[in-house]
Amino acid sequence: MTHPASVQSTGETPPGTGTTTPQRARRGWLLLVPGMLWLALFFLFPTVQLFFTSLYDPAGSYISGYQMTWEFRNYLDAVVDTWNLFARSFAYAGIATALCLILGYPLAYAIAFKAGRWKNVMLVLVIAPFFTSFLLRTLSWAAILSDQGPVTQFLQTIAILPDDGRLLATPVAVIAGLTYNFLPFMTLPLYASLDKVDYRLIEAAGDLYSSPVTGFRNVTFPLSLPGVVSGTLLTFIPASGDYINAELLGTPKQYMIGNRIQAAFITEKDYPLAASLSIILMAIVLVMVIFYVRRAGTEKLV
Amino acid sequence: MSQGGRDLRLEGVTKRFGDFVAVDDLTLSVPQGSFFALLGPSGCGKTTTLRIIAGLEDPTQGQVFIGEEDITGLRPYKRPVNTVFQSYALFPHLSIAENVAFGLRRRGIKDFKSRTRDMLGLVQLEPYADRRPAQLSGGQQQRVALARALVNEPGVLLLDEPLGALDLKLRRQMQIELKRIQTEIDVTFVHVTHDQEEAMTMADTIAVMNNGVIEQMGHPEELYENPETTFVANFLGQSNLIVTEVLSSSPERVSVDCHGQQLEIDSARSHTDSGRGWLGVRPEKITATARGAEGRNGANLLSGGRVSDVSFVGVSTQYLVAMPWGQELMVFEQNTGQRAQLRNGDEVDLAWAPEHAFLLDARQDAHAGVMTPEDLE
Repeated sequence: MTHPASVQSTGETPPGTGTTTPQRARRGWLLLVPGMLWLALFFLFPTVQLFFTSLYDPAGSYISGYQMTWEFRNYLDAVVDTWNLFARSFAYAGIATALCLILGYPLAYAIAFKAGRWKNVMLVLVIAPFFTSFLLRTLSWAAILSDQGPVTQFLQTIAILPDDGRLLATPVAVIAGLTYNFLPFMTLPLYASLDKVDYRLIEAAGDLYSSPVTGFRNVTFPLSLPGVVSGTLLTFIPASGDYINAELLGTPKQYMIGNRIQAAFITEKDYPLAASLSIILMAIVLVMVIFYVRRAGTEKLV
Repeated sequence: MSQGGRDLRLEGVTKRFGDFVAVDDLTLSVPQGSFFALLGPSGCGKTTTLRIIAGLEDPTQGQVFIGEEDITGLRPYKRPVNTVFQSYALFPHLSIAENVAFGLRRRGIKDFKSRTRDMLGLVQLEPYADRRPAQLSGGQQQRVALARALVNEPGVLLLDEPLGALDLKLRRQMQIELKRIQTEIDVTFVHVTHDQEEAMTMADTIAVMNNGVIEQMGHPEELYENPETTFVANFLGQSNLIVTEVLSSSPERVSVDCHGQQLEIDSARSHTDSGRGWLGVRPEKITATARGAEGRNGANLLSGGRVSDVSFVGVSTQYLVAMPWGQELMVFEQNTGQRAQLRNGDEVDLAWAPEHAFLLDARQDAHAGVMTPEDLE
């Protein structure tokens, strides 16, 4: 079938390409330069700066200036003081991510397979909240969940909430806010993943004795895993660092690590503490993400 | 799997999509163990028919039976029917072995491993068991799709253009392979295709479909030699259709007038017995000889032709012969080397045996079923 001679002759570099290939490769790298510069200036430099700040002598202040004393103790102090905030942040973010998945998956599935000519309309509706500011939307959730608001009143009427029970200023409100705000970040990657699933594969599963439920478990869901992974990451990471929802819908009792960092930077101007908290948050999230992506094993998917 | 009386039957099956009737009151019976081909151009309703049998589409009316069991209302996963999909629809996240074992495992069959191995042996893919579909060639993927369906020992195997994505040479190989496997395991195959050669090579029975109805059904040879409609005459192979006037008909022969020359046709192949009719004759049935060189000898003879085009294709030479009434007839001559080749402009007579022609109702469109380049893609 194969002709070794002809294979060998075509395997050689065609004349002329020897000089242009490295040039072309160099031109390709050139296209990366603006992006690289941008990242170096606005990501890499601040991150390094942040890391150094986290090691300043905490005795200094922004008025008197800081001494670089390589205070690794800052990290220990930060963790001892705030470990409960870290725990609460990851708990809230985890619950919100799970809720986003439960809400977003059927939505993405419906858009991908059932929406027909309404597909684009539904996608625009998913993105529509971005037309309004994040802050405004969270503030209106405060109104919706307020003590005199319809949701609280209704839940009191049907006795799910006691008469003096509240929604606003509770963990429920903060998690609901997080879930609402990050739902599009879950839905869109899920949709992108599900939309790529060939519907004939689902038909083939049915043809091969899978009920709709087993077909979903064995074919549709595994094929949508890349979307599940990217959706959960895009939700969990920003949600664990969020402070707006806890600020506007909660009380200091619901504060998350983001609130503490914000307070340390803006109010207390305790830069070493703020910086070490930021670095710890980044490190924990990074470790969790690496572990999660390994476990999910998305690299095996086509 | 070979218990008797598991014939596939469709009764009055109709499928409408809005105003469009995809399948129109279709009734047919496929005997158990036979290789049945649904042949037709795209949009003729053949794939819809297949999907109705698979349960992927609900018929608007009518019923589907396997043996005595009415399976019309059964969901796909409850039918003793498996499908080889057009694009194979292999599960990309599963290995070849897992793909083949898929149906067995869903049915909770314990020895799925050994059965999977045996089936991979049958399609000669054992060394590829742990690969993923994307790592296989088109022909190998095709065989995985076949194995994945066959391993379930279905009562009926449905094949939706299974060879459509393969190149010509591989397609020919797979045709023979498919036929071999079908004979070996004795399963009813229902094969949907728009490729008439593919249908004729493999099928015991062909149903030619057009506009949601079966134009004609029968053994490939019967359909080819004795088509009942212009659509079948043109869709299966090529036909010369010449307008004629019926002169007389007896139980054996029908005589027709063809632009002033009298021709005879077997009554068994005459599908009209009065008025105008299309006389059909296959290009390879016609012998072209120099004018006046041969006597009639009981053959039909049309004289007054002039060779207008000669194409030498190796195994045969294809001539176009311009007739006095302006029509060009096709004549294929086997390249046996016995006879000298004709040249452009030669005056010729055309001769064929009366039993090689057929007569069709002239109210039908002479161009129905002629393959256009789009159909052949």
